[in-house]
This record gives sequence, C-alpha cells and structure tokens, in this order.
Amino acid sequence: MGAKRVVVVGAGMVAQRFVQSLRADDTDGRYEIEVYGEEQYAPYDRVALTSFFAKAGPEELLLGSQDLWDDPNVTLHSSTRVAAIDRDAQTVTLDDGSQRSYDELVLATGSSAWAPPVPGVDLPGVFMYRTLDDVAQLRDWVRAKQAIVGRPVRGAVIGGGLLGLEAAGALQSMGATATVVEFANRLMALQVDDSGGEALKSLIQRLGVQVKCGVATSEVVADADGNVGTLKFSNGGEQLVDVVVFATGIRPRDDLARAAELQVGERGGVVVDDACRTEDPHVSAIGECAAASADGFMSIGLIAPGNTMADVTAHRLLGRAEVYFGADTATKLKLLGVDVASFGDAFATTPGALEVVYSDPFSGAYKKLVMTDDASVLLGGMFVGDASAYATLRPMVGAELPGDPSSWILPEGQAERPDVELPDAANVCSCNNVTAGSIRHAVNEDGIHDLGELKSHTKAGTACGSCLPLVKKILNTELEKSGIEVSEALCEHFAMSRASLFSAIQVAGLTTFTDIIERFGSGHGCDICKPTVGSILASIYNGHVLADDRAALQDTNDRFMANVQKDGTYSVVPRIPGGEITPDKLMVIAEVAQDYGLYTKITGGQRIDLFGARLEQLPEIWQRLVDAGMESGHAYGKSLRTVKSCVGSSWCRYGVQDSAGMAIKLELRYRGLRSPHKIKVGVSGCARECAEARGKDVGVIATEKGWNVYVGGNGGFTPKHAQLLAEDVDEDTVFQVIDRYLMLYIRTADRLQRTAPWQEEYEGGLDAIRDVILNDSLGICADLDEHMTHHIDTYEDEWKAVLSDPKRLSQFTSFVNAPDQADPTLMYVEERGQRRPATPAERAELAAAGSEK
Amino acid sequence: MTTTASAHSTERTALADPHPTRVCALDRLTPDLGVAALVDGVQVAVFLLDDGSVHAVQNLCPFSGASVMSRGITGSRADEPTIASPIYKQVFSLLTGACLATMDKEPQPGLEGRLRVYRAWVESGEVWVDISDSH
Amino acid sequence: MTTTIPANAVAVCAYDDLIPDLGVAALVGDTQVAVFRLDDDSVRAVQNLCPFSGASVMSRGITGSRGDEPTIASPIYKQVFSLVTGECLVTMDKLPVTGSADLAVYQVSIDNGQVMINLAGGQ
Repeated sequence: MGAKRVVVVGAGMVAQRFVQSLRADDTDGRYEIEVYGEEQYAPYDRVALTSFFAKAGPEELLLGSQDLWDDPNVTLHSSTRVAAIDRDAQTVTLDDGSQRSYDELVLATGSSAWAPPVPGVDLPGVFMYRTLDDVAQLRDWVRAKQAIVGRPVRGAVIGGGLLGLEAAGALQSMGATATVVEFANRLMALQVDDSGGEALKSLIQRLGVQVKCGVATSEVVADADGNVGTLKFSNGGEQLVDVVVFATGIRPRDDLARAAELQVGERGGVVVDDACRTEDPHVSAIGECAAASADGFMSIGLIAPGNTMADVTAHRLLGRAEVYFGADTATKLKLLGVDVASFGDAFATTPGALEVVYSDPFSGAYKKLVMTDDASVLLGGMFVGDASAYATLRPMVGAELPGDPSSWILPEGQAERPDVELPDAANVCSCNNVTAGSIRHAVNEDGIHDLGELKSHTKAGTACGSCLPLVKKILNTELEKSGIEVSEALCEHFAMSRASLFSAIQVAGLTTFTDIIERFGSGHGCDICKPTVGSILASIYNGHVLADDRAALQDTNDRFMANVQKDGTYSVVPRIPGGEITPDKLMVIAEVAQDYGLYTKITGGQRIDLFGARLEQLPEIWQRLVDAGMESGHAYGKSLRTVKSCVGSSWCRYGVQDSAGMAIKLELRYRGLRSPHKIKVGVSGCARECAEARGKDVGVIATEKGWNVYVGGNGGFTPKHAQLLAEDVDEDTVFQVIDRYLMLYIRTADRLQRTAPWQEEYEGGLDAIRDVILNDSLGICADLDEHMTHHIDTYEDEWKAVLSDPKRLSQFTSFVNAPDQADPTLMYVEERGQRRPATPAERAELAAAGSEK
Repeated sequence: MTTTASAHSTERTALADPHPTRVCALDRLTPDLGVAALVDGVQVAVFLLDDGSVHAVQNLCPFSGASVMSRGITGSRADEPTIASPIYKQVFSLLTGACLATMDKEPQPGLEGRLRVYRAWVESGEVWVDISDSH
Repeated sequence: MTTTIPANAVAVCAYDDLIPDLGVAALVGDTQVAVFRLDDDSVRAVQNLCPFSGASVMSRGITGSRGDEPTIASPIYKQVFSLVTGECLVTMDKLPVTGSADLAVYQVSIDNGQVMINLAGGQ
C-alpha cells in the first residue's frame, strides 16, 4: 500500500509545526505531505515579525531547518493558494484550476488582519502588521519618507494591543515617532486591568511613545500627494502623520471552510472537537483558523495553543489519541522593553477572590495577585513593568502559595520571600524566556556541557547576559550530579583554569605571553586568554600595562587606558580619591571637558566621567590632568575601580571615624591593582552606612572602637551584602586584612568571577578564608603581604608613563597615514546642553543635511 | 546572477581603478597591535602578526557600527588568524573576514556580519594596501 | 578677650517678626541667643550654643512640650531642654562637649512691640 496524502492548507507557523511533528514520528513513511501557502516564503516566525527590522533579510526569520522541506515526503508549494475544497471527492482546487486529492486535509489558514471600515484606510502609507510583506513595505515606506521629509517621520499606530505596541516599537526603531491610538480606555485591554493599563501607558510614554486611549479614528485624510497625511479622531482631534499602521485585530480565515459547508463558530473559526477534527472526519483545523470546543468555540490568537493543536492532530493521524485541553492564555511579553504578563484568573472573576496589589508610581511597576477568599490559594496574577515573579508563580496557580502573598510582589529585599527551589518552570533568562528546566534538559538530554554551546542552543544569556552566572551554575550543578568533570579550560589555547595558570606563571617565573603560551598553551591566543594573561602578569609583576609585549594582550580599555564607548570614543574618569576634590582641580576638569566638548556626568562611584574623547586626544587630556597634579583613573579594566565614602567624622555629626581619609588611603593603596574582575570598595564613617559599603567587594565601616571589615558584597544582577571578616580592628589591621583578602582572591578566583561567588565557592567558604587571613592556616600570609607590598611600592601613574614614551604614545593615533585627521564617522547631536552620539536615524539625517550643502 | 553576489559586485565597481596605497613603514607596526589607516576615504585596520604577515580588513565593526577593528585583540581559532572587535568581542577571520563568533548579536542594520578583507603586502620596507582588491 | 554683657535689656527684633515655634538667633553683645515665640504667644530666650555638639544651633531646633513644660530640642543630636529652666530633660545617652548640660535662660520682655533680652537677668 502506498503512502496516504495529507494536504495542509496554509504555510504559517502552525503548519510548519504540524509537518515537523508528523515527520518526526512517522518513521514508516505512512504519509506524504503537501503544503500550500499563498505567501512567497517558507513558514517564518510571525511572532518575531518586529525583529525583521533588525535582521538582514526574511531568510533569518524562517522557522526550523530547511531539511524539513528537503524531506522527500514533504512538498512545499509557496505562492499557491487553495481556492476550493470538495469534501465528497476529497480534493482541493488550486488557484491555477488544477486539483489535488487528499486522504487527510489539515486547515491551517490562520487569520488575517482586520481594519475598521474608516474612510481612507486604503491610502498609500497605511499598513497592516501581519505578514513579512507588510513589514517590508512599512520599512521601505518609512525609509523613503525619511529621505524626503528631513525630520523624524511621524508615525501612528491604530490599536493598543500586543501587535500595536510591537508596531510602535518598530516605528521607533526606524527613527520615526510613534503615537498609539486605542479605542478602549486602556492599552492591552485583554491582558491587564485599568490600573495595569495606566501603569503600562506611563511606562511606554517614558520611552517616548505617545498614547491616546478612549479615542476612535474616524478618518484617514490624504495629503496633497494623495498619501496618508492626517488622522481625524471621533473627538474632533487631528494628527499629522506620514505613516499609519492598523493593528486593530485579527479575524480567523474560515472562508474555505464556510464554502465547503463546514460548521464555523459564532465569532468565526472552523469548529473542531478536542482532537481538532471538524465534523468531516478527514478534515482537521489547527491554529487561529480553528474554533475548538475546549476554547468555547473561540479562535485563540496565540502560538502556543496552535502548536499543541498541531501536535495533537499529527499524533492522531499516526493513531495516537491525544486531547487538546484548550488554551492557557497566560502570557508574558516584553513590549518596547516593558514586561507585561498575566496568568490564571487575572481579572479576579472568581467569586470572593481577593486582589493583592503593589503599585510603585516611581518605577512604574504594577503587580497584582489574585487569591482565594482566605488568601491561601493562588488564582492568577498580572504584572506590568516587572514580571520577574511570573515564572515562579504561574506554575503555582491552584496551589497554596507559601508565605505572605504580598512578599511575592514587593520589591526584592522588602519582604522575606519563602525559599522555593528553582523549579524547572522558573524563567532563568527573561530576555529569551529560557527556563531552568530547558537548560537542565539541554545539559542532561542533549549532552551540552559547554557554556558557549549551551548559550547558542538554549539562547539563554544571549541578550543582556545578566543571567549567565545563573546559567553556568545550573550547568555545573547538573554536570556534577551526573559525575562529569567540569572543564576548567580557559579557552582553546589553555586547558587550565585561571587560578592554575596564575600559579603556573608565578612558579615558572615567566614574564611574556610568548613564553607562557609556548610552555602552557597552544596556538596564538585569543581575546579570552590574552587579557587573562595580561591581568595575571600585572598582578604578579605590576609594571606598566603596555610594557614589553603586554599591549597586545590588553582589551581596548586597558590598551588605551580609558573606557571605550559605543561609537569607539573613550571616556576619561580622573582619579578623585575618596571623592574629595578641591575647587581648583574641579575647575581643571571642567576646562578639559569644555575644551574637548566632552559629555560630563557624575558617576555612582563619586567620580566625574568625561565622555567622547577620541583616541588621539587621550594623551593631551592626561597631560592636562598631570599638569594640575592629578591622574586619570581606572573606571575600566579588571582592577580597583573606586573607593566610595561618606564624609566621615571630620564633618558629619554622626561619624565616629574619618571615613573619607580612610577611603583615600585605601584608593591610593590599591589603585592599579589588576584582578580577575573589577573591585569596588566602600568606607562608611558610622553604622548608618551612607557609603553603602556592604554592597561592595570590600566594605569598611567605622565603629566606636575602630573599623569593621566586610567582604564579598555585590551590586548588579545578584545583589549581595558583604559579610563580616574582621571586627573592631585598627587602621593597620584594616590594611593587612584587605591586602591578604584581595591577594588571595586575585590568585585563586576564576576569570571574571567577582568576590561574592568566589568566596561562596572557595572550599570551606568565608570561614576558611578568614582562617587563611587571620590565622595563617596555609602559611602563606607573609607571601601575600609581600606581594601586595610589591604592588604598592611599584605603582606608577600609567597615563603619565605613556606621555614620556614616544613609542607608546605613537599608538594613540587616529590614522597611521593621516594622524591629523579625526575619525570622520563620528557624529553627535546635542541633548540637554551636551552632545551625545547620533542614533542611526539621526546619522542618516545629518548625512543628508551634509550632502545638501 | 544571484542576489547575494550582487551586493558585492556593485561595491566593487563603485571603486576607481586599482591603486595600491602605501600605508606606513613596516617598522611603524608592532606585532599584534593594529593600526587604522585612511585609504581614499575608506578606514582600514592593518595588522602585523607575529609570523611577519600583514593583513588588512575594514576598520568598521559591523556589530557596533564604530570604526574600531584596529584596536581589537589578534588571536587564532585553530590555524586561522583572527581579530576580535573591542566593542562586543565578535571574532573574525583575518583571512576570509568571516565572523567566527557573533556573540549572539546581529550586525547593525544595513551592515553585513563579516569584514571586508583587503589585499595587503610588504614591499621595500613599506606596508601597502589595495582597497580595490578585496573580498 | 573681653566679653560684653549689656547691663540692660537690649532690643533684638520686632515681636511681629517672630513666627510661632520658629526660633531665631540673635547676637546680644558677644552672646548668641536663641529666641522663640511659642504658640501661646509667650517669648523665650536661651543660649544658642548646644552643649552636646558645641554648635550654635539651638534656634534651629524643634519646640515642643514635656507635660506642661515648653521645650526645645537640639537639631544635632536631639537632646531636649526646658525653655523655662534650661534644664536638659533628655540627654540621648550623650555627655556635653564642655561645661554644663543645661542651657542658660535669659529674661525676655516686650517693650513697645520690640523683643527685649536682658542677659544679666537670666537664671
């Protein structure tokens, strides 16, 4: 018996899922599959449509692997529409009039964008937001308009739902302005309540998108050229526009099914049972074109239920009975960077339901939990602005929620959150929605044991990267569980960890990268191992970062001794030990900023950051600082950054010790110290802790009797309070304890490991570290002390050293063959009285203005 | 003609006749420390490697849009000499210009995710680049 | 150094210039005086020097009462003093920097709309 033929009408995401699911399990080749899609593309990721604007071409949005379409059992017919179905003959008629017979027919026709019948909706410059061609045309229109109007293109989006906000983001990303016009009284009316809508509105307005709610569009009026020009609203208002996007909803495409006299739902969609069968046993319908009994015969515009329907149908064709239980409408979205999520009974329709609400007008966050009348069982929730608790809470709907419900929605640290082990459903990477479970699965089932591969495979940590330590921890825990040795290799060139390499270099007494890689590694090195070796050499021998062959080891910040910015210019942060500065020096800094047109900002570390210095300007700027008795500072590099302090007992009525004086001593002691990661220090003059020293790697807090030394604090992604290392010690002991702590850290920590995770993972933890430092349990204290003394004694102003070395100075050149010419690609615009790099849209505008002249 | 090749060929024909340009003296270069050069308005990053070879690629980093490739770290991936962008650390082959590690980023709109490689050579102690000869 | 203590009452300001419960500092000879108009419209004067911080700041403290006793609290470490006797009622577990923990209290009169302070007439 030959294979049966399945004809799939539609080639969207759900169709792709169906084919993939059927082919994965149909190992005997029982079915041959023909897919008919009216678009010119193979199935693509419609959910990620907005990302098209950042991609090179449509091919980057294609779903899955091309292998699926190369499969001999699968034929994809693009740009081919199915015109009719004959259920009796079991055939479909294509738009060219030809006919194909089927054994099984799967309708996956999706839905189409719907626009209200207002006059002018078909004018040039009015777009839908549904298909790749829609967004490609929108992009071309905006680009063409941009070239003509010579100002930001004025955009408007009709519809304030998910797609509308996505479209507004797309307009903004192209440099256009965006106004969202929503007929309902709030944005995202399906997902959030009135308060949530208000919160969302204000968060989005902060991002520069205008929002008009409770306004209907009555007419789109043409300009003199016949293109879209003005929007007229029902309240009499008007708005000038160059482009309009309608994102006013979708309608299931059930016209083929209607013509074939299949039953359709009251609000559209082909009626199917819980196995996705229509009333005709050989016709199935899946995705947005279906109205399933389990969904109350309503079409659902979400991808996850569509995928489930595809799987259920594919498995049914292979003889496995499965049931579609209806859609989970829980959603978590990131719109214009704002988190919006809702799940369960988010609108509290359950009788007697209690709402626990937290709203912070300052951060803009709005969070709500819906509980049973005794506040014990979680029914649902809603998040705007901060959906970090969504992943943990969503799987707990219907379950008793441990602890006080409010502890789940209060900002972290304000309430003790019950200890829940990171469940598989917990969202580890909120940028890419990667759960702990899928990371564990990738490690255990897919055999991925390398962090880099794990990132590409799961996409975790590939956007903002802040979850990487967590991802690495899960990886290592899983590997340890399965008895696999965790590779400590630094990179392909060195098969050892940073700590091992540190001792190896120290013991062997090697001083150049060439000798080190020859002895302990292979190849020519890379951007991972070179800076690591550079840092180790600096830690062991001190000496100039650009000495000998070390310049080529340094990352750009260390190599040019300033902070590289997104446009390739640098920022300079003059050292201001302890944040204490005389008006005279302040004036020198002001003059430098003025003379070089540097954007000036006060940093969180009590420094002044001067942005926008070109490579060739750096030495001149340092010279000015040196002449005024200052030096530049390390706001960059894996080194001591800043010692933050309060003013202390010399001025403060509460201060019990001279914290500013202590901070200055510490900064001058440890400046230039290279380490596995950046080091921050804080000194507070009393227990009120105004310098927030316990959020630093090393925190020193004054007591009546002396100083307390805390270690291992951290801000950033995983804030940690520093732990007490030594209590009520005198100044000399403060230095000694910190000397040893930092040196031990520098010698034994992993690459890019901050002190907090280091001391947590150090064998025996902080107690063991304390034993080493205070009781010399390893007998290495004399060595640690000597090492730090060497660092302090050999410190030199590395910026000044460059000024007196013509060879190093020659590196600070714009072009080797045109040293007088500055980088011509740098472009700036003025904002709040200072300049900043132009955005891509502004650059285009500046370039256009320049060529007109 | 395929569509992917057309972008290259138009760029190439836009250039004038082949005209090798002298960039600097060889002894101005330090092994593994790149320099930027301006050749007929095109920014080129030039590298002398420790095997004595010279390489030239576009100075524009496709992933940041900043002209900074000359300030990156040289290295190797297996036998392929590489350069890492100093901004987001993408790694490119100095031989083919191919991006070997995208760091899961996308190039800036309108830019290809690779580097153009220009012919570079040493002749009587001078470093030469021909921007009309590239791939 | 000589210290000038006027033998008689000295006018420091118009009574109408005083706002209830907001103290002002006045210089009488070389002596800094903190002057308070209370909400019962009475006027009180004490030394401006805070004994616990050594700063001349009493005029910037918060007025109040302990029982029926009108009081002034130092703005630095919040010690509370009687505006009637000058006695320190709450030391906040601190010791005075120098000398007495209590405030000197000066005689106040209103003459022709002017607030008159008599240093010699204190307690």
